[in-house]
Amino acid sequence: MSHDSHTMHFEYNVEGGNFTRAGYASSEIKKILKQLNVDMGIIKRTVVACYEAEVNVVAHAFSGTIYVDVSTESITIRLVDEGPGIPDIDLAMQEGYSTASSKVREMGFGAGMGLPNIKKNADKLEISSEVNKGTTLEITMFFN
Amino acid sequence: MAVKYFHHALKFRKEVCIGCSHCMNVCPTEAIRIHGGKAELTDNRCVDCGKCYMACPVGAIIVEQDDFSRIFEYEHRVALIPNVLLGQFPEKVSINQICSVLHDLGFTHIFEVEHGTRILQGAMEEYIQEYPQKKPLISTFCPAIVRLIQVQFPAMTENLMLLKAPLDIAATYFRKKLIDQGAKADEIGIFYITPCAAKIAAVKSPVGDETSDITGVINMDFIFNKVYTSVKQGHSGKNTCKVPSLSALEPQEMLWSLTEGESSLMPGRALAIDEISNVIEFLERLENEENRDIDFLELRACDQSCAGGILTSGNRFFTVERLQKHASEAGTELPGEGLNQEAASMMQYRDFLMENIAVKKVLPRSMDKLDDDTKRAMLKMQMVREIMKSLPYVDCGLCGSPTCNALAQDIAQGRAEITHCIFIQKKYEQKEWLSHHESMEIMKEIWGNEKFGEQKN
Repeated sequence: MSHDSHTMHFEYNVEGGNFTRAGYASSEIKKILKQLNVDMGIIKRTVVACYEAEVNVVAHAFSGTIYVDVSTESITIRLVDEGPGIPDIDLAMQEGYSTASSKVREMGFGAGMGLPNIKKNADKLEISSEVNKGTTLEITMFFN
Repeated sequence: MAVKYFHHALKFRKEVCIGCSHCMNVCPTEAIRIHGGKAELTDNRCVDCGKCYMACPVGAIIVEQDDFSRIFEYEHRVALIPNVLLGQFPEKVSINQICSVLHDLGFTHIFEVEHGTRILQGAMEEYIQEYPQKKPLISTFCPAIVRLIQVQFPAMTENLMLLKAPLDIAATYFRKKLIDQGAKADEIGIFYITPCAAKIAAVKSPVGDETSDITGVINMDFIFNKVYTSVKQGHSGKNTCKVPSLSALEPQEMLWSLTEGESSLMPGRALAIDEISNVIEFLERLENEENRDIDFLELRACDQSCAGGILTSGNRFFTVERLQKHASEAGTELPGEGLNQEAASMMQYRDFLMENIAVKKVLPRSMDKLDDDTKRAMLKMQMVREIMKSLPYVDCGLCGSPTCNALAQDIAQGRAEITHCIFIQKKYEQKEWLSHHESMEIMKEIWGNEKFGEQKN
């Protein structure tokens, strides 16, 4: 059992390029929040933000790991990927900006809504990135 | 004692149940457990889909209906029939024959549920226009789906279209019409012939609407057997059928209760999904994304929608074929032929029906939460996680819970013990933490004495 009885930790691996499994981690996180009786509206925003971020990793990175820390007050979802990185974060934060290939767009992903939509839904969003290394996204949601 | 939210039409007969757990294994909401050799239902989890009823090999699960003789308490006895009833019979049984036998059974009027769709379709289109922010709007046609959303997808209760079902609109209309023709309200008995358990539950405790214009509910298999026996015995009915021709329905009205019956009529991007596991899978997916570009969802708990209702007698695929045939025949009639008096009459009541078409907000009733209090829920979740580390992930159900995860949750909720797991028992026996006798007693507690060659508990 975890040392602090009021937090739990979960980890999920994300495989780059595998859209078939994209959304698995988001679904698991959704289940956790439902079981904790977190407010429905907060669950909704968390899952939308997390799913968007998870799909970003699948679409752009080689691989990634999602680290989840949940307490009775908040949930922090850290998505760490190994990939091309984001050269200009400010530009990527603009709505409609997308680097997704047409094939990815055809699947209904990569409409350039990714980062702005995550920011819109998250209570707190932190991004750090290094070109040719990878990107780390940290989404925080507060339950109260 | 937990608050009871729903009336259930599905009843488990303990004296008949053999504790085979078939029902537990098919329940899509994990509402069934085995204890003392008998299946037990967790009322608030059950959505009345009827999968258990179909799976039970001994008929221990019954669908509670009103006693048929109740119809004779009323002077005006209306059989409110859904179109799928007509699809139960082989082609050679004519609709007039069916109606005649229904009259012989004692009904004074026969009215089809689908007449209610005439008013509803327009109301639905308006609703979609009026609430674009609630997209995708979800039809409330199938009561099992409404309950599923309440307990498993509570956030989506906001997407439910808060309009009456065709059944209720038809009942409201027919009652009002009879009263206007001079009948006394307490002399009117409207009896719905139901293809499923969920509709009964919805009539007995309507979701979001507290009163119903329907007097009672009779199971479709009961009526089918009565009518078909009569037909088979060479009785073609006394031809007392005086109702307006039942083919007065428009083709799209006849098909309303089948898959795509609603979605094909709605504007914009509309999808139809039938069978409850398919619906659950779809809603799980939908929750992840902000799907603002789907306008309308038709979701039905049964495969082939109402043609696959648990109280139907005919094969669902034949039923669909027959109803489609009826619809295409109705569609080729010349305009004016079989003048639709009912439709004209109903239009006079349009304003009245529209005033009464809204239902109250459907409230979420999440059953996934481990506790109301987040702190306690967190402790229970940690417990579930710890317990899962020692469970085998086999989902054999020998513990009396449907899956390892369900057992872990039951333990965390104080409703089960870790030693209910057969793998744990073996392990504990080897370590001599548990005697043979003790583990045997545990199994008897779950599965009953009889299964171990002993007398009844």
